[in-house]
Order: sequence, then C-alpha cells, then structure tokens
Amino acid sequence: METTQQTESKIIELKPFTDEMVVNMGPQHPSTHGVLRLELRLDGEVVREAIPHIGYLHRCFEKHSENLSYPQIIPFTDRMDYVAAMNQNWGFCLAVEKLMAADESKDFAIPERAEYLRVLICELNRIASHLLSFGTYGMDIGAFTPFLYAFRDRERLLLLFEKICGARLTYNYIRIGGVSEIIPMEPGSIDEQNYLDEIESFLDYFEPKIDEYNDLLTSNSIFSERTMGVAVMSAEMALSYGATGPNIRGSGVDWDLRRDEPYSIYDRFDFDVPVAKDIPELGAVVGDCWSRYKVRMDEMKESVRIVRQILAEGLPDGPVMADLKAVRPPKGEIYFRSEAPRGELGFYIVSDGTPKPVRLKGRSPCFSALSALQELSRGLMVADIIAIIGSIDIVMGEVDR
Amino acid sequence: MPEIFSEGFFPKINLQEGTNWATDFVRDVIIPRLPEAVAGHFPMELGTVLVMLAFAGIFVAVVPLLPLVLVLAERKVAARFQNRTGPMRVGPWGTLQTLADGIKLIFKEDYIPPQGDKLLFLLAPYIIFACSFAVFAAIPFGDGIPIPSDFNIGIFYIMAISSVIVMGVIMAGWSSNSKWSLLGSLRSAAQIVSYEIPLGLSILTVVMLVESLGMRDIVNSQSGGIFTWLIFRTPFTFIAFFIFFISSIAEVNRTPFDLPEAESEIVAGFHTEYSGMRFALFFIAEYANMFAVSAIGVTLFLGGWQGVLPGYDFLGGFPGFVIKTLGLVFMMMWLRWTLPRLRVDQLMNLCWKYFIPISFFNILGTGIWGLIFEKDDVWSIGISCAIIYVGLIGAYTVAGRNLVRKPEPQPS
Repeated sequence: METTQQTESKIIELKPFTDEMVVNMGPQHPSTHGVLRLELRLDGEVVREAIPHIGYLHRCFEKHSENLSYPQIIPFTDRMDYVAAMNQNWGFCLAVEKLMAADESKDFAIPERAEYLRVLICELNRIASHLLSFGTYGMDIGAFTPFLYAFRDRERLLLLFEKICGARLTYNYIRIGGVSEIIPMEPGSIDEQNYLDEIESFLDYFEPKIDEYNDLLTSNSIFSERTMGVAVMSAEMALSYGATGPNIRGSGVDWDLRRDEPYSIYDRFDFDVPVAKDIPELGAVVGDCWSRYKVRMDEMKESVRIVRQILAEGLPDGPVMADLKAVRPPKGEIYFRSEAPRGELGFYIVSDGTPKPVRLKGRSPCFSALSALQELSRGLMVADIIAIIGSIDIVMGEVDR
Repeated sequence: MPEIFSEGFFPKINLQEGTNWATDFVRDVIIPRLPEAVAGHFPMELGTVLVMLAFAGIFVAVVPLLPLVLVLAERKVAARFQNRTGPMRVGPWGTLQTLADGIKLIFKEDYIPPQGDKLLFLLAPYIIFACSFAVFAAIPFGDGIPIPSDFNIGIFYIMAISSVIVMGVIMAGWSSNSKWSLLGSLRSAAQIVSYEIPLGLSILTVVMLVESLGMRDIVNSQSGGIFTWLIFRTPFTFIAFFIFFISSIAEVNRTPFDLPEAESEIVAGFHTEYSGMRFALFFIAEYANMFAVSAIGVTLFLGGWQGVLPGYDFLGGFPGFVIKTLGLVFMMMWLRWTLPRLRVDQLMNLCWKYFIPISFFNILGTGIWGLIFEKDDVWSIGISCAIIYVGLIGAYTVAGRNLVRKPEPQPS
C-alpha cells in the first residue's frame, strides 16, 4: 500500500504544469508612453489579457476649469496633449467661440490673419506630433536611430514655435478670438517675411526627409514583419470603440473633420485624407499597426501641402485678435469637435452666462483609442503589446486629463 | 587523418607535444640566463606553471581594456549615425568617459534583492564574465604571439566555453526574483541554445576543409593571400560565414536579436535587478563577447592574422588581425543602430526554418566540394570565386527586387 502511494506521489511530482504570470507593465516602464499601467496576464510570452489601468496623470482638469475664467483654461488645455498643444488650444477656443457666436447681441468675427496663423501653426504642430509618434514608435520596435532623427527635425519646429509665442511645449498661443500677440509681428514687415521664409526652408528640408524615414523604417523588413498584420482593428471595431483620427483612418474609414465638417478656413485648402488600404504584396492589412503608422507618415506630407498653400498665399493683413470686450458666453451649452493630430478632440461646455463655465468636459481621442487595447492585445505576444501602444499613439496627459 | 579522430570517442587533447610554449620559454629564455649552479637544478614543471601564471596575469590585465575602448567606440559610432557628437566632456574627445563610468559604477550600492537567491545572484555575473574572457585564451592573435591555451581542439573549446554563458544568464534571471528578469533569461536561454546550432554547423564546414579543430591550423591553412581565405575557398563557406556572423550577433544578444535585454519590452531583461559593479561586469562581458565572436569569425573565415597578400604579415599579422576584427565589430554596431528588433517567434523561425536547413545544405555541399577538388588549387578557388560572384549578382538582381519592401506611395 505504501509503495503504491509513493509511486503515485512521484508521478504527480513529475507532472508538469504551467501557470499564468501576472506582470505589471508600468506605470514606470520605458515604452508605455508615460504612466500607463498594464496588467498583463501572461502565458509564457503570450498575452492572455492586457488590462490598462489609467489615472496616474489625473489632474482634475475638468473640475479645475469650473473655477477659472475661459481664457485661464487655455493653459490647462496645453497640458492635455502636450505633444500637440497648439491643437488643444485651438479646439478649446473654437468651442468657446462657437458658444459666444450664439449671442447675437455681440457681433465678433475672427480676423482673417488669425485664422491663417492658426492653421499654419496647428499644421506645423501636427507635423511635430506625428514626428514624435514616428520616432517613439521606431524606438518601441527596437530601432533607436529614427527617434533621434525625429527629434532633430522636431527641434526646428519647436524653434519656429518659440519664435512666434515664446514657448516650446506648452504654447498658450491660440486665444479666444484670435492668437496671442506676445511677440508682435507686423503684417508685411521684414519679421513676418523672415518667419515665413524660415518655415519654407524647413519644409524644403523636411519633405525629402519623410521619404528618407520611409526608407529607413517604414519599408524595413524587420519593421514590417513586426507591425504588418498585427492587432488588426476592423472598421466596425474602430467605430464601436470611438477611435478617431489616424487610428480610424488606419482602419479604412475615410473620415477627417477638416474635410468632412470643415471648421475655421480648412475648406479653402486643397489636401487629401490618407486612408489605409490593403497592400497584399507587402502583407499589410487594413487596420494593423503598420497601417495606423503609415497614415501618420502620409499625413505629415498633407500638412506640408497645407502649409505650403498658406505660404504661397501669404498672410493677410489686419489684426490678429477680434475686438472682444470680455469673454462672457451666453447661457447655453455647446459641444464642438476638431481634428487634433490624435483624433477628434471635443469640448463640451455648459455656460450660465458668467465668465466661468458651469461644466466642462473634454473628449479625448487617446482615451477612446486606448480602450480598444484590451480587445486588440488578446492572444498576442508581449512585444506586440508595445507595438499596439505605439501605433495607437497615446499621450497619457490627454487620457487622464 | 588528424589525430583527434583516432583516439576513440573522446578527442585526445595534447598540451605537451611541442606546442607548449611555456616549457619552451623556460628552456630557451630563462634557463640560459640563470647562474650555472642553479640552472641544472631548475624545476621545469614549477617554472612552466609560474610562466603560465605570469602570462595569464598579463592577459587578464590587458584584455579587460578592450571593452573600455569598445564601449567608447560604440558610443561614438552611434553618435555619428545619429547626428550627435557622443561623449565629449571627460578627457580629450570624451576618451576617458568609460573610465569615469566605471569608477562611478564601482562606488554605487551593490544591491541584492532580498527575496532573491543570494548565492546565484552573486555568482551569475562572474560566470558570464569569466566565460567571455576564457574564450580569448584560444584565439590566435598573430604569428609568434603565444596562444595561452594552444591545443588541438581550440574551436571546440571556444564553443564549449561560450555555451556556459547561458547558464550565467539563466542564473541571473532566476535569482533576481523579478518577472522581467525571468522573461529575459528564458528568452536568452531559448535564443542562445537555438543559435548555437547554426553557429556550430557553420564552423563545421571550416573544420571539414581544414581537417583540424586547432585554431593555429585553421589560420595556417589560409596563408596564400585573400583568395585562400576560407570564406572564398568554396561557395558554401561563403554562405556559412554570413550564417556564422548573424548567429553570432544573436549569441551576443545585440540588435536585431537583443530580445533578452529589449529595453522597450522587458526593461533590461536578465540584468534588470543588478546595479553597480555587478552590472558593469555584464556590460564588460557583452563587449568582450562581441570582440571575441568577431575574432573567431576572422580566424575561421577571414584569414586570421594572414595578410591580404601571401606572406605579408606585418608585425606577425597582429595589426591586420585587429583591423579585420574591428571591421566586424563595426558591422555589428552598424546593424545595432539601424535595425529594429525581431519578435521571439520570428527569431526562432529565422533560426530553425532558415539557418539550420541552410547550414546542413552547406555541410553537404562542402563534403561534395571536397570530393570533387582533392586539394585547393587555382582551379578550385577560381571556380569558387566565380560561383560566389554570379550568386551575388543573381541575389542582387532577382531577390533584391522582391525582398526589399518598398511600400507604394499613397495616391495624393
């Protein structure tokens, strides 16, 4: 009897078993793009489930805004998507301006010059944002050099921003009713001409660089092996999760607010909206990591086109600020969305006619895109998680607000 | 038939038969200089051991300087690729930067994870460090420069010693009691064990041609100038060289095969928990390893210390050997700063589905080549070079067009 028990226990000991391993990726991790924490349930290298935990960068932006006057909120929007702060400023200002326009007793129009400056700066900012996305994505996949190339070019853009508003990251440049005049640039002056020439020389330098980066990273065999066909987000899935911007265009949905719901003066410019397609000879599938990344690379070219059109027309004369006595929107509410580099940035504002909003809600494109991560990552490998996070291009400042 | 196959299963290792330079050194250099009264009673065995120890001391003192130079070189090369200047502050052109880093690391806290396995944790860096330096013992640096352990199975010894490194990696990953370390060490184990197979099979093609495992024999067989280097000897060794080179990059865990320490995925892999000098030991070992595999590649395929022209070996061929080795090291750096990283399954696919079958094909081809051409002469080498040339042109025109992935420009 004893001997049988011993043999049985021996058999049990030899029986191999595997167990799930729970790993916390982040909040301190090199490639979670900030302070995202992923709870990974791993079976070896295979991810059974990746649960994103957010909130490490929560700064109560929305609650804080209720105690601030409208112009005071603008610097806070800078801190949302700090990589594309101009676009965040703009999104907020557009919403407030729309709300103020509802009051017919006050008649104000955004000056032409301000509109042109806004589009110019925001498209340059879009390039800067996509450059950072391209560089960090290369680093996530393991290539370090594209990162520094991207930062080299972004540096020139930051110098341009610094010249027009004095700041490099959080600009507070676009104000309600126009743009900031903190560094005066007289219409038609030599300063203005120099500035536009500088932008032109940057574009001349930068446009061939996009092709160079496509050669270096986009068409690299290892890079395409790692990203093509990985984490395919179908158009239905992208729509149901509320993914927007390059993420939804990477899934093959032809949707860009600048073209489909033109705000400001976007209807005056000629540009295309890059949408991902199946490329069977390479192996790219619509909705995979590579498509989302490639849409951003193509969008940079389109932004260059828009900026070139502005440079060709030249900035119109006139003031850069509407004649606003005070920012005091009428009673009412507004939801306005604009196309930020990462997708649809919406602001919902409830006003009771005082200089402070009663309620302000920001609709963050990264937050919606990040929610798809859990479904996208199921059954993939650890290295693919990094590829997904990089390809949906999140900025935690905007996710947490 | 070399002696090694005649002694049954285990090869006979001969350290004594004429190749023992330490005995020669004692007999020819030391004893004639001693007073006559002492010379007759001088203990040869003790003298031999002392001479060996003295040389080992010199070796241990000199070789660790290599990583010091290589780390700086890597940083400078990377900086050039990335429009930077690299370290510029410490010493002229930042040349003393690695020294400063080393001093900093020595003074850092030597943290041992309290939950980990202390003994293994302390031991692991030494195993990796010792093994990667022990490889240097069998590398022939030049004509007339003694190989510290010059025995007839040199390349076999190198393969064996470098296989032990994976033990250190697993120990480091396991004993750290960190999940990232464990993932990294398991990746590393799988990778090194897999890539050792194509590595060994590529070496086998060389051994088949030279009919010896001794490093000095391998070098001596390539003495007739650049076209007698083993890489050009047959078309199969040409392929074998590239498989050897890529597999050795995987062996030393560098991009595109740096999964065990992939910083963007698993933080720092198996040495996540290490700090201070123990971390520096891993770091030094990595660079020593890089130099060692390049030196082995040069010895096996690129003529070792033999010159490009027959008979031309300046200063015993040592400068030529170092230049060739640094060339391969530079290639490794170039690849590291250009390419992204493979995924685990792709890494394994590359090894098991491509490299190992090609390696077997190489061995078969080398055997047939050896049957056709009894010895290496102008004809065999000429035909080999012609085949390599045609193959390269064909690969460039046919495969290059299909393999280089150019995405079509989006219509705009």
